[in-house]
Amino acid sequence: MGSKNISDKPVGVLGAGSFGTAVANILAENSHVILYARKAEVVRQIQEEQKCGEVPLHSRVTGTDDLEMLANACEVIFPVVPSANLRTVIRSLSPYLHPYHILIHGTKGLDIQIPPHEPGEKITLSREHVKTMSEVIREESVVVRVGCMAGPNLAKELIGQQPAATVIASHFKEVVFEGQRLLRSDRFQVYGSADLIGVELCGVLKNIIAIASGALSGLGLGENARALLISRGMVEMIYLGRALGGNVHAFLGLAGVGDLVATCSSTLSRNYTVGNRLAKGETLADILESMEEIAEGVNTVRIVNKLAETYKVRAPITQTLYKVLYKGLTIKEGLQYLMRYPLNADIDFL
Amino acid sequence: MPQGDTKRKSIKSSTLAARRLPVVHLRQNRKKFIKEVIALSISRIKQNTINRTALIEELEMTLFREKLRISQNRWRVDPDDENDFWDSIKRDLLLLSTEEDTQGMEDDILEKIVGRYVNEISGKFNTSHYQLARSLVTFGFGRLLNASRVKGFSSLWSNKVKLQDKIQITGQTELIRKLASKGTVIMLPTHFSNLDSILIGWIIHSLGMPQFLYGAGLNLFNIGVIAYFMNSLGAYKIDRRKKNAIYTETLKSYSSLAMQKGCHTLFFPGGSRSRSGKIEDRLKQGLLSTILEAQRINFEKSANYGKKIFVVPVTLNYHFVLEAPVLINEYLAQKGQERYYIETDEYSTSYKITTFLLKFFTKGSDISVSIGQPRDVLGNLVDEEGNSIDQQGRKINTRDYFSSRGAINRDLQREEQYTKMLSDKLVEEYHKINRAFSSHIVAFCAFEIWKNKHRKLDLYNLLRLPEEELFIDYDEFCKVVATIKERIFELKKAGRIDTAPHLEEDLEHIVAHGIANVGMYHAKRPLLLSKTGKITTQDLNTLFYYHNRLEGYGLEKYI
Repeated sequence: MGSKNISDKPVGVLGAGSFGTAVANILAENSHVILYARKAEVVRQIQEEQKCGEVPLHSRVTGTDDLEMLANACEVIFPVVPSANLRTVIRSLSPYLHPYHILIHGTKGLDIQIPPHEPGEKITLSREHVKTMSEVIREESVVVRVGCMAGPNLAKELIGQQPAATVIASHFKEVVFEGQRLLRSDRFQVYGSADLIGVELCGVLKNIIAIASGALSGLGLGENARALLISRGMVEMIYLGRALGGNVHAFLGLAGVGDLVATCSSTLSRNYTVGNRLAKGETLADILESMEEIAEGVNTVRIVNKLAETYKVRAPITQTLYKVLYKGLTIKEGLQYLMRYPLNADIDFL
Repeated sequence: MPQGDTKRKSIKSSTLAARRLPVVHLRQNRKKFIKEVIALSISRIKQNTINRTALIEELEMTLFREKLRISQNRWRVDPDDENDFWDSIKRDLLLLSTEEDTQGMEDDILEKIVGRYVNEISGKFNTSHYQLARSLVTFGFGRLLNASRVKGFSSLWSNKVKLQDKIQITGQTELIRKLASKGTVIMLPTHFSNLDSILIGWIIHSLGMPQFLYGAGLNLFNIGVIAYFMNSLGAYKIDRRKKNAIYTETLKSYSSLAMQKGCHTLFFPGGSRSRSGKIEDRLKQGLLSTILEAQRINFEKSANYGKKIFVVPVTLNYHFVLEAPVLINEYLAQKGQERYYIETDEYSTSYKITTFLLKFFTKGSDISVSIGQPRDVLGNLVDEEGNSIDQQGRKINTRDYFSSRGAINRDLQREEQYTKMLSDKLVEEYHKINRAFSSHIVAFCAFEIWKNKHRKLDLYNLLRLPEEELFIDYDEFCKVVATIKERIFELKKAGRIDTAPHLEEDLEHIVAHGIANVGMYHAKRPLLLSKTGKITTQDLNTLFYYHNRLEGYGLEKYI
């Protein structure tokens, strides 16, 4: 749709990781973009070379490390930082935010606040302690017009300017419209949804299945196995998603099944890579050490495993993966366990 | 609460201020105000009806329902000309369907009906009566109380017992008084009993607050004395029997227009009395949305300031709700899919209400009024200056919630979400400031024990259990009460509930006090101690009602 409203206010992007940069470039097709990076050298690179790492940036993207300036200049901000950092980033941004701001995040992880407890005491983790990213934004700032962006959006493909689509979800129609207006281009289609929590959970939960998918490939298994994983993984996501406050619908859409298929099939996905390398015999610690960016799924497995316990949800894939990642079960043993898992009805959630 | 001189002073200054108050101002410009309400109601009703045919259908439906009401459920307060009026509407509608060239006639009929409704709702108001009635109400209540407590006629003039001793009021009333001078205060209480309206009227007065515009059930106007007070205290009339869209829209317009004019307003956001006895867990979004709307309109009108609206949640608590047996039966019928029930008038006779009031005040039954912290329309706390404050203690400009790209804009979907947020906040606050009474605890424990003993029965079958099945050992009962009481105090520590002072006593006292007080004036006692020393009931439905007050705290897990 080319350039329109370029004279409008600039749009802010928080986080200059691979997805943040990709989002900044897409936004820059319609608006001026201010890209915030924490590290001074990244900001310098953006300003001097118009590049972020190896990725060239659109000419309408400028870099900054000044949150106050960004919040004053932009009414719409896209936080795209790892889930472990989001709370801190919003906290530092919070003094400059106002109720008129719109925040649309692209983070696919959960936030966890462990309740105070005695050492050794068993904690029952519940929804009270685990927050989605939009809930973190609501808690830490006065911003109410919050949305999220989720869908099959592999950063490297977006940067390569391949066609793709995403979902913007928010309780506020104006947030969805604003997201669509800002992101839409000839190569990028934007759908809307009102089920914010559901869409957020899609993005979060699919990372678990992506690790498992990578593991299957690492074992040298073929497409039957992957199809089995994707479809049963989908059912598991729906069960978990419902227990955590989402609707079934979101999981059947672009952000659910769409994103799941993309991440489970692509070697570009970080979570997939973790599973793949695990299956080939590397240890989790070695893998995480050598990765440049965070694979959200690793942490998500741990949190969701606990939540499944609390809410008594059957989540065999998550539970097995948990044992593989943290309890020394091998991928092969895990797979055997899953194959012997008692059968239940194929679909019973509709 | 201010004591002695300070209190008297504040009342005096507030009555002086009353002359300049919007409510009074509104009443003085009654004709103009009514005209505006009619115009607003009509535009709202027309927005909701897609076309002419739909509007005519709405009119016919209203006529049909009103005729039905007149023939089946007449109350004493109903005016004599009701039949004539609706007959004339019937004739008009007939003309509309038979004559040619009737374009626009439906609008005239609508205006006629709305006009009648508005006049009915607003009633008459006399400013000089207002001052007199206010002092009479306090005088009357206070004297009655003294006469009964200190015994003997001479004590009518004694000041030993104050109404405040019986009605425990908690909350930052000073702050609310201050805010009332800075903006518009909307008081939003829970609603359990028709008595609420009278009680609230008295509380507002006794705290030296400015006048509030509020709606009270039409049936309260049945009783001469009370009608006089209600009329004078600024109450407008709500007829619960009229459920047609034209009436409800008119009612909404009345209240929201008054709010926009800066009248401090009080309404029950639950819509009607809690049928189940539970604290409201769902509020009427349509009513609440008028608050957000009024706030936005205030900001639209003024480029930089715009009068601010403050909301104050209030939770009322009684040991005894006169209409409990009727309410709970309605609730059960409703839940059992019986969609229509007749609005009964429990306050129909003066005799009933006066004997009740007399008993109520002579035998002593605690009432607590917990006034929550004032908040802005989004649920943020506010300081003395009326500034909204965020969780980190920073000031928020409430205006920003309604603006986009630097200007206030009307976005109904956004306001719908805000209404939901406000509603959630209010419900949360109602539960937090709710004061648990001994009577609620004993009712809760007894009912849950019986429920546990008959786990396989659903609610309806449980309620049909014969009396012989319903006994609890006194010691067993005390143990359960002790556990629940402990849990309630834990919740209190976490700020999730409040407790009445009488819960500080020892366990035996609490149990005895609770049993003696729970629904104390019902013909059939919800809970009593049998001659054999066991806990039993004469009316399980009503016990269920009082039990429900402690629903929503997860206490049942501990029984």
